[in-house]
Amino acid sequence: MNSPSSTTTSNRSARGALTTLVTWVLVLIFFFPVFWMVLNGFKPESLASSVDPTFIFKPVTEGYQLAMDRGMAGYLQNSLTAAVIATIISVTLAIPAAYALSIRRVKNVENSLSFFISTRFMPLAAIVLPLFMIFKTIGLLDNIYMLAVVYGAMNLPVTVWMMRSFFLEVPFEIIEAARVDGAGMFREIVRIVLPLVLPGVAAAALISFIFAWNEYFLALLLTSSAARTTPPFLGSFVDGRGQFLAVLSAAATIAALPVIIAGWAAQKQLVRGLSMGAIK
Amino acid sequence: MTTITTPPTELEDVRATTATDKRRVQKKELWRNRGLLLPAVVFLILLTQIPFLTTIGFSLTKWNLLYPNDRAFAGFDNYTSALTSGDLWPSIRATVLITAFSVTLAVLFGLLFAVLLDRQFRGRALARTLMITPFLIMPAAASLIWKYSMFDTNIGMINWVLRSLHLPVVAWSTEHPMATVVIVLTWQFTPFMMLILLAGLQGQDKGILEAAQVDGAGAWRTFTWITLPHLRMYVEIGVLLGSVIILQVFDPIAILTKGTGGTKTLAYLLYERAFIGLDVGQAAAYGVVTVILTIIVATIALKSVFKVFMAGGSR
Repeated sequence: MNSPSSTTTSNRSARGALTTLVTWVLVLIFFFPVFWMVLNGFKPESLASSVDPTFIFKPVTEGYQLAMDRGMAGYLQNSLTAAVIATIISVTLAIPAAYALSIRRVKNVENSLSFFISTRFMPLAAIVLPLFMIFKTIGLLDNIYMLAVVYGAMNLPVTVWMMRSFFLEVPFEIIEAARVDGAGMFREIVRIVLPLVLPGVAAAALISFIFAWNEYFLALLLTSSAARTTPPFLGSFVDGRGQFLAVLSAAATIAALPVIIAGWAAQKQLVRGLSMGAIK
Repeated sequence: MTTITTPPTELEDVRATTATDKRRVQKKELWRNRGLLLPAVVFLILLTQIPFLTTIGFSLTKWNLLYPNDRAFAGFDNYTSALTSGDLWPSIRATVLITAFSVTLAVLFGLLFAVLLDRQFRGRALARTLMITPFLIMPAAASLIWKYSMFDTNIGMINWVLRSLHLPVVAWSTEHPMATVVIVLTWQFTPFMMLILLAGLQGQDKGILEAAQVDGAGAWRTFTWITLPHLRMYVEIGVLLGSVIILQVFDPIAILTKGTGGTKTLAYLLYERAFIGLDVGQAAAYGVVTVILTIIVATIALKSVFKVFMAGGSR
């Protein structure tokens, strides 16, 4: 009586351990390119570009120095400016919009929501040419602030949808109570609603930052030198000659790091941001 | 607050009565609420809708930057020449194939990892953190890392593994350009799908799963009969969002293949026509075709998904 049940339990735990092992092997294989990138960034060029891979070596910062010698700090600065301003724009415009689409209902909420969603789905390829021509005409091509404004528009729909999903969770009693106390709309937003949805605002801001920081297509087409951001700078490695894997890996690591940290920090809210608030 | 728990239906009533009571104020309030929405809408119209309409205008124009004075209305010439020049169909084909392969593979791998990472095990939080990283990595950086440290014939790790197994070395980006692009996109979008499906798994009714177990349904049957139907909605959302993003794909094409070997997506074709060929009219036509293609794909996927969005969005 006792022995069969104990064998099934041990069978089950053995199977569980095996599944865990398989899981870890798959996860590590999947993560390997990232690990390899970080490792290569700390190798001297001769080791990074060698045919047989080296796993154990004395780490050097040569790759990072070379990346900085190529003027990477300036591109990072531009990326930061564009991503921060884009985030400020989209969050500032999204707060009142999300508020109007959740707590203080406008008529035809569905229409407004589909407007935002269809804008999110508009391919960048469909808008880049006129933007290029207009910016060129008014002399604002290769201007980091204009790129930031375009990114702000690119991120606004996601920010609105995401924030709305957080606003909808604010208990209506609290808002009622504030209205009974005679709080005006502005006070209601700033004093009552915003503190309650602050985690949501932060998550939406992080998502907006991630999209702007990583964007390549518009950055390549709307900037050339002064306002060039990190992704097109990285892209320029493609035309490189000779050995450059260490410097490339170092540059890619620096470029990817802010978003990796932001994404890890926003992990719990990430799925809500990616699904535009549809999934919690 | 905690002593009084009001059921949601009553909440709606409160809102309804306050709305009817303040009928006189209502109109004024409606406008004020519109005012809250207006800045966002105007901003988007200025930066996306108007440029899109302008793109349509450009696409009906004969306009090459090499001959700036030779600019005239061209009707549908740009579209007919796009169809006859033999660039458009291969490009649509590349865009659709890359999207279809990458989304399908990402959903399958995403499902596998979601199921594996939904279990309780040691270091699950760390495993999840590592798994989402490929999606967070700057796409340009990801493509470069794969191009040189994974796919390269000399220093790429994939070819090192092949050599170690005494298999022939593969020049990925020239021998299998489509696979090269699809592999990188699948790698980047698997975490995206995994996150969405993981949320779906966690949203499962544990009672039903236990009931199925009590009824003697095995793990596999429980998965195919209960979990998969439940995940359907999540798969649909993942497919829709993933497709719409990958339809615009540019970064891996520009870095891995430069559009060679049947990987010239519409976004890359537009880039080539406009910024290398300087043919604004023709490029704009490709931009409009991209929108049409997105609308077709999104409508197919959106039909069912939009209901879900709205159901999740209205309280």
